[in-house]
Amino acid sequence: MQPLTRVEGRAIPLGLKNVDTDIIIPAKWLKTISREGLGAGAFESLRAEPGNVFDDPAYKGAPILIAGDNYGCGSSREHAAWAMLDLGIRVVIAPSFSDIHSGNAVKNGILPVVLPQDAVDRLLEVAREGLEIAIDLEAQTVTTPYQDRFTFDIDPFRKHCLLHGLDEVGLTMARGEAIGGFEATRTAAQPWLMRGTAA
Amino acid sequence: MASRPRTLYEKIWDAHVVETRDDGTALIYIDRHLVHEVTSPQAFEALKVAGRPVRRPELTLAVPDHNLPTTARIDAKGAPVPIADPESAAQLAALEVNAPAFGIRYIPATAKEQGIVHVVGPEQGFSLPGTTIVCGDSHTACHGGLGALAFGIGTSEVEHVLATQTLLLQQSKPMEVRVEGDLGPGISAKDLILHIIGRIGAAGGSGYVIEYLGAVFQRMTVEERLTVCNMSIEAGARAGLIAPDDTTFAYIKGRPMAPQGAEWDAAVAYWRTLHSDDGAMFAKSVTINAADVEPSVTWGTSPEDVVPIGGRVPSPEDFADESKRVAVQKSLDYMGLVPGTPMTEVPIENVFIGSCTNSRIEDLRAAASILRGRHKAGNVRWAIVVPGSGLVKAQAEDEGLDRIFTDAGFEWREPGCSACLGMNPDKVPPGERCASTSNRNFVGRQGPGARTHLVSPAMAAAAAVTGRLTDVRELV
Repeated sequence: MQPLTRVEGRAIPLGLKNVDTDIIIPAKWLKTISREGLGAGAFESLRAEPGNVFDDPAYKGAPILIAGDNYGCGSSREHAAWAMLDLGIRVVIAPSFSDIHSGNAVKNGILPVVLPQDAVDRLLEVAREGLEIAIDLEAQTVTTPYQDRFTFDIDPFRKHCLLHGLDEVGLTMARGEAIGGFEATRTAAQPWLMRGTAA
Repeated sequence: MASRPRTLYEKIWDAHVVETRDDGTALIYIDRHLVHEVTSPQAFEALKVAGRPVRRPELTLAVPDHNLPTTARIDAKGAPVPIADPESAAQLAALEVNAPAFGIRYIPATAKEQGIVHVVGPEQGFSLPGTTIVCGDSHTACHGGLGALAFGIGTSEVEHVLATQTLLLQQSKPMEVRVEGDLGPGISAKDLILHIIGRIGAAGGSGYVIEYLGAVFQRMTVEERLTVCNMSIEAGARAGLIAPDDTTFAYIKGRPMAPQGAEWDAAVAYWRTLHSDDGAMFAKSVTINAADVEPSVTWGTSPEDVVPIGGRVPSPEDFADESKRVAVQKSLDYMGLVPGTPMTEVPIENVFIGSCTNSRIEDLRAAASILRGRHKAGNVRWAIVVPGSGLVKAQAEDEGLDRIFTDAGFEWREPGCSACLGMNPDKVPPGERCASTSNRNFVGRQGPGARTHLVSPAMAAAAAVTGRLTDVRELV
């Protein structure tokens, strides 16, 4: 995945709460066996509405999305993250995220920024003026041309992976010995747990 | 020194920590992994590209369900029926090739054991109490009904589990939903979980794992418990748990992949320790009075939009929160509903009985008991029953339930996810309503423009009979 350190640009002022992953990418787009090209179906039902923010030229190619509470709720489909990435979105700012979707986002180099509702409301105002917002992951800040400055929390491991674009599978495979030790203990104490489909 | 009292969630978590990292994340061992055709192809592809094997193939079970058509799979000559949509066919073919190529047990579409992953796992004895269970599907929470820590994961995590049999996780906070008293006559597990989601909201469980506590859950069958835990994700909780007990053990005993003999006795002895200790601390607690639960129905486009069947369509003004008022208006516009309308006056054109929430044998029996000797109303255009697995289907046919459904004007289908997510050809047309036993009423979930009302199996049957949302207790 592509590292993410600083993102600066216009932001799509969506604002909606409970944006579920069926909204981000409807099921009919999930028949693909690839990760590519899902931007075509991204936010399809919202984009069917005239005057929607996604097709507004003012926000074309904006790398930041601002949404309401519980962003990415519902289905675990990682296609939602792939679709957002295909649209060029690298940062989503919202008061809260679903657990599964925020994990999927990070694994694809998208930064979920959690800020209180009043900060999100302020950023929505700035975004609607078409002004640029800057996100600095190292400093954990969001700033605007009006000198607004909001700081956000992020899990240190997620931050590390995002900053360096790390492959988590490779990192864990390097812990193979510890995993093997756990499996050996378990096989001795509770062998039925290790049988699975071989039972 | 006595150890600190722990919740059930903490006990299962502690038993699966391979190592804890300095940053607070833990490497958690995964005991059981379910794979289906939609969220796995990119994971298998990544393994191939990197030349990585599957670490423990016997701990993964693959079965197609999401994309598979629910029409006949074998023709009159006994040959498999090809899948018309080339994209769907390619995705199903990918799983059929990938699973055996990586040494993973694969249940083909034509096998009698095929079904929805969350029906198949418990049915085969693959899902067991105290285990960690994952699947690239958010309704994996379902298996919590057996006392397993079960949750949905994305495709990158599917790849991670295949390669390492672990996940790197931050521990969630334990939350209790305590239900006091008894459910009234004719009130189902689905009514209860919809009521709970209505109370705590679609984000009320975010960051938590919910444990359901109270005698009402102890009296439930395993199938009812699976229904409750299944929808934990609709309250934002990644997982839900009900402590295993004798009911659980009786359900699991003798299933094909369950432990046997001396191992069975050792397993049960361990499973009996899996409950929250007296004095264990929950980070959040919600108490529900069971007597308040009526047959539940959703009116909007979030599973939190729940009212009792005797209630009315709400108005945006009923809500204090500004963003919720905006969302309510948007939902009402999408659903084509006018505030103040009694829910029992909402007409229904489609009925779907199925999904990982409500497609097990007890669900089909509950619906059939209402439909026996009755027929769907004239305005109900399309009514289908999609059993959760081939074994559920066979059991229902042995009991004659299929005849009750077809005599009532329902189509009797092959197992799969079907109209729950509108991915295969089973869709609700734009602008039409569906009384659905599934779990999500999201915009476009059952098809573009489809309007979903979530209900229990008995309530779906009642809506089919009268052609409108109906209090099933009037038909009993």
